[in-house]
Amino acid sequence: MRVETVLTKASTKRSRERRSSLLGQSLRKLMHNKLAVAGFAVVVFMTLLCFIGPLFSPYTDNKINMAMMNKAPSLKHWLGTDALGRDIMTRVMQAGRISLTVGLASMLLSVFLGALLGAISGYYRGITDQIIMRIADLLMTVPNLPLLFIFGAMLSEWKVPTDYRMYLVMLMLSAVNWPGMARMVRGQMLSLREREFMQAAEVLGLRPRRKLLHHLLPNIVPLLIVMATLNIGGAILSESVLSFFGLGVMPPTPTWGNMIDAANNMIDFQNHPWLWIPPGVSIFATVIAINIFGDGLRDVLDPKQKR
Amino acid sequence: MKPLLKVENLHTEFRTDEGTVKAVDGISFQVRAGETVCIVGESGCGKSVTAMSMMGLVEEPAGKVTGGAIAFGDDDLLRLGKHELRTIRGHEMAMIFQEPMSSLNPVLKIGEQIMEPLMLHLKLKKKEAAARAVELIRQVGISRPEQIAGSYPHELSGGMLQRIMIAIAVSCSPKLLIADEPTTALDVTIQAQILDMLRTFKESSGMSLLLITHDLGVVAEMADYVIVMYSGKIVEEGEVTALFANPKHPYTQGLLKSKPVMGQRTEELYSIPGQVPDPLDLTPSCYFHDRCEHCMDVCVSREPLLQPLGNGQKAACWLYEEAAIHV
Repeated sequence: MRVETVLTKASTKRSRERRSSLLGQSLRKLMHNKLAVAGFAVVVFMTLLCFIGPLFSPYTDNKINMAMMNKAPSLKHWLGTDALGRDIMTRVMQAGRISLTVGLASMLLSVFLGALLGAISGYYRGITDQIIMRIADLLMTVPNLPLLFIFGAMLSEWKVPTDYRMYLVMLMLSAVNWPGMARMVRGQMLSLREREFMQAAEVLGLRPRRKLLHHLLPNIVPLLIVMATLNIGGAILSESVLSFFGLGVMPPTPTWGNMIDAANNMIDFQNHPWLWIPPGVSIFATVIAINIFGDGLRDVLDPKQKR
Repeated sequence: MKPLLKVENLHTEFRTDEGTVKAVDGISFQVRAGETVCIVGESGCGKSVTAMSMMGLVEEPAGKVTGGAIAFGDDDLLRLGKHELRTIRGHEMAMIFQEPMSSLNPVLKIGEQIMEPLMLHLKLKKKEAAARAVELIRQVGISRPEQIAGSYPHELSGGMLQRIMIAIAVSCSPKLLIADEPTTALDVTIQAQILDMLRTFKESSGMSLLLITHDLGVVAEMADYVIVMYSGKIVEEGEVTALFANPKHPYTQGLLKSKPVMGQRTEELYSIPGQVPDPLDLTPSCYFHDRCEHCMDVCVSREPLLQPLGNGQKAACWLYEEAAIHV
């Protein structure tokens, strides 16, 4: 009798758990991965710091103060000031806004492009597939960085206003990132479209577009989430590299990349480490946290695909 | 009366590296409104390919329906455009597959998958469709239908999933339901329930059922008319009682003999000797000749045709053709 009650209790508890959504289950699994949770915490911390932090700062990022040039960190300026007397702490936070936004936006765009084009290619096959995949191949034959450098140099050559450059950098990063994404999605589509449940959907008389968007795409959402997360880290890095070389977002708009540019100057590099260490640490911490979190997500959402 | 479905001289071929396989080789049959027709035969005899050809699931370039006609109502399914075919499939003609576990989309909720044909063919609004879906789940005998509608396929058992498949298939009241081995993946008690349910739906809605199976017990229970296939051809057909009482073709005789009888224990269950011939090197002959105990010279060199034998029964076997000539 008592055993029975215990059993029914256990089974109702289990059934309640089972009823919760797939997302809920995945989140619960993710919570067990301490490293991934730590990664996520760092990402959240950096995001909050960058977006809310500047509101509490007494300085603005572009206010020049000649009396306070290249001052070492102090109570007044926690991370010191740069050659124009601007507060580094404030600039690092402002730069983070730009870097994170660029990373996020270019990720969204490349995931959107990659998923859509990859799905279309894998689902319709034939000539559509050929055209899309050959374009992707073409973009993938050239290493990304030189390609980005050429784009960046073209922007400088055409004297694109600095305000627009940020958006163009997002576009550039998406343009080189979508092919890899599209390939992965296409591969998944090719295998999914042959599965029995798609035959069953075919037999129901569903239209191809409905099958693609409503039946196939939800199946690759876990893959997309994982790829998207890892992609943000990559995009932040690429943006930093471009800006470091003066081909991305231009000063005075701060980004982590163009702030590290200070390290290019031997005197600053040796004597004023507070100019380049904070943005460097920010990039390092953010990207590594995103990648760790992404790896954790992959283990949970896409257990078949382990490195 | 005009039959609901009339398949005439259907040929379906698959191209492989070694040559062309004639999976379905010139079969003809018909299904009348409200009738249950069973296609029986062992694995690889072309049962499922017949169903797939009817549903337009044979995908080029691997396979192709190379000849024949499938008349459904006033349409020839093989000559319809994609769009017209889509309005028939799932609406007037539905299909249930063998593996319920893999026939439902793993990431969509059960309810959403039932709503799909309702919204598409019956043009129901989302809310009406959702209510109808719950109603359908109740009709296939699942308790707590609201909760089931909100769950995912992996949360249900195979038997429940097959009920859901039936709910989806009958949701638009089709005129013809094709069930491709609907109970093969399920255990025996569930099998009986599923078959019962199919019969109930058939009786209440007057739809026809084309049941594909290798289980003679299922045939005996369900069929009005039986078609026995072997190597892509029909070897015998007839009314179920006549055919079971008096099987003519040696293959059908063998099949019936190899069925275990409840309450009788024999030393060894009868099995037809030999293997199904390799579909790649078939020559004009009776394809069953090398497994047949009545094999004659003519069986090896010429193909027997399906002959009426009275009683509504037909068989493709030289034994009866010879007899017919002598009489």
